[in-house]
Amino acid sequence: MNRMLTIFKREFRGYFATPVAYVFIVIFLFLTGLFTFYIGSFYERSQADLEPFFRYHPWLYMLLIPAISMRLWSEERKSGTLELLMTLPVSLADAVIGKFLAAWAFTAIALGLTFPLWLTVNYLGNPDNTVIAAGYVGSLLMAGGFLSIGACISALTRNQVVAFVISFVICFAFNLSGFPLVLDFFSGWAPQAVVEAIGSFSFLTHFNSIQKGVIDLRDVIFFATLIALWLYANMLAIEHSKGH
Amino acid sequence: MENLIEVRDLHKSFGSLHAVNGVSLNIRRGEVLGFLGPNGAGKSTTMKMITGFIGPSSGSVSVCGHDVGTAPLAAKEKIGYLPEGAPAYGEMTPAQFLDFIADIRGLSGAGKTARIREVVEKINLGGVINQSIETLSKGFKRRVGLAQAILHDPEVLILDEPTDGLDPNQKHEVRALIREMAPNKAIIISTHILEEVDAVCTRAAIIARGQLLFLGTPAELQARSARHNAVTMNVPASDAAAVTERLGGLPDILRIEPGETLGARQRLTALSRTGNPIFDVVHGALRAGDWAFSELFVEPGHLDEVFRTITTVARAPGEVTHS
Repeated sequence: MNRMLTIFKREFRGYFATPVAYVFIVIFLFLTGLFTFYIGSFYERSQADLEPFFRYHPWLYMLLIPAISMRLWSEERKSGTLELLMTLPVSLADAVIGKFLAAWAFTAIALGLTFPLWLTVNYLGNPDNTVIAAGYVGSLLMAGGFLSIGACISALTRNQVVAFVISFVICFAFNLSGFPLVLDFFSGWAPQAVVEAIGSFSFLTHFNSIQKGVIDLRDVIFFATLIALWLYANMLAIEHSKGH
Repeated sequence: MENLIEVRDLHKSFGSLHAVNGVSLNIRRGEVLGFLGPNGAGKSTTMKMITGFIGPSSGSVSVCGHDVGTAPLAAKEKIGYLPEGAPAYGEMTPAQFLDFIADIRGLSGAGKTARIREVVEKINLGGVINQSIETLSKGFKRRVGLAQAILHDPEVLILDEPTDGLDPNQKHEVRALIREMAPNKAIIISTHILEEVDAVCTRAAIIARGQLLFLGTPAELQARSARHNAVTMNVPASDAAAVTERLGGLPDILRIEPGETLGARQRLTALSRTGNPIFDVVHGALRAGDWAFSELFVEPGHLDEVFRTITTVARAPGEVTHS
């Protein structure tokens, strides 16, 4: 546990030791603003909520989270520090979880820095703040889901660009799996149960229900299980990569 | 003395490549084992298995009584390891990096601060302690790696090419450091530099094509040289033929090899037929012939020659020389 915390701290500070953190945060805030005000028509709707803000998070994360996660393990593999880390008295689970939590905490900071929007909507009207709080929780859970995918993919390659592209595609698929675009592809031939199962993997569906203000245990369990499974796959990927 | 490292019949295959093929070793406290071998011989792979980075295909390793396969964390706590190329987190400074390693190693409080200061002083990192590691020279990076490996004063030290990329002064310092630490630890170093075996090792292991081909003291390794106990002399060039004929006829001498010509003088080397000392024989013969020799010294044997012989001669699998 202490060692996981040590890994977490090193990793978390690492974001701020390079321009990565600042570039990411600035781009994230810029894009959330852009989507909220221009595409989401925050003012024109004249409604005191943050729906136009949260609506685009799945799409933003799909692009930005792989940029955070791509270096998580591929950099360790490329620079040889994986060998150093794995010969320190640290369990693989401590290392995988510590690094994941650091990336997640960093994303939480970026998300937290959108707080002026929350203040603004309170200044302009009387929003239901519990719905907004639920939106933030849902957004963070979803970010964790995307991050766990990116972390696992990053462990499969030494090349950060490859990690980015593959993570992006997988995140895209998880976003779209509830859409006709994906479901129609299966509904013609696959059993209904399979189609529904694929549809139920959609981040959008789970996020939307949380974002409406209802933190359903099933949605939380969905993201928690998804994160656990991808991190487990991450461990297998590291174990596999060590021999090569 | 107790064995701190026990390696039993280690095998490792990568696909069809049999990288390590039945290596067994025991290393006691106070021993420094020099791991020699051509590139790709299996040195690094063996070290990666001893330190628990990769698991063996078969065989086992125990470090201070902890099996690396079944109790990896307990074993890793006992080991200090400098991986090949001395990897470190480039964006960190040596101070931050050593602090991180100390935390992972369970050092804390005043003990941690004191130990980091001690190691920084010992390894001479003071001048670069607050520069990011990626901006450091190769020599300093290597030293950061060494500092990291010895930070928790481990009983077992595994160093993969600790002096690679260092200048002669730095090499000398690192060797002195290894010698200083040696009495209380079991140390394995891998190296390409044969003189290093003489300088710091109490035992040498030669590995090629995944097999242990020699295990013994550096002196025993030298004794396998054809030039071991050979005697080199410097005689007038005009006498060279006569000396060669006279010495070549002696029963203890295998043959005479001509060396460099230095103006009007010529170096000759007499090889011992049995490997036993022949200095007195040569000396006596030169005196008896009244030849004006100006140099006369015993060759210790050439390690690089032995190394080439051992690693290039094809051997039957499993044939290991224990001297």
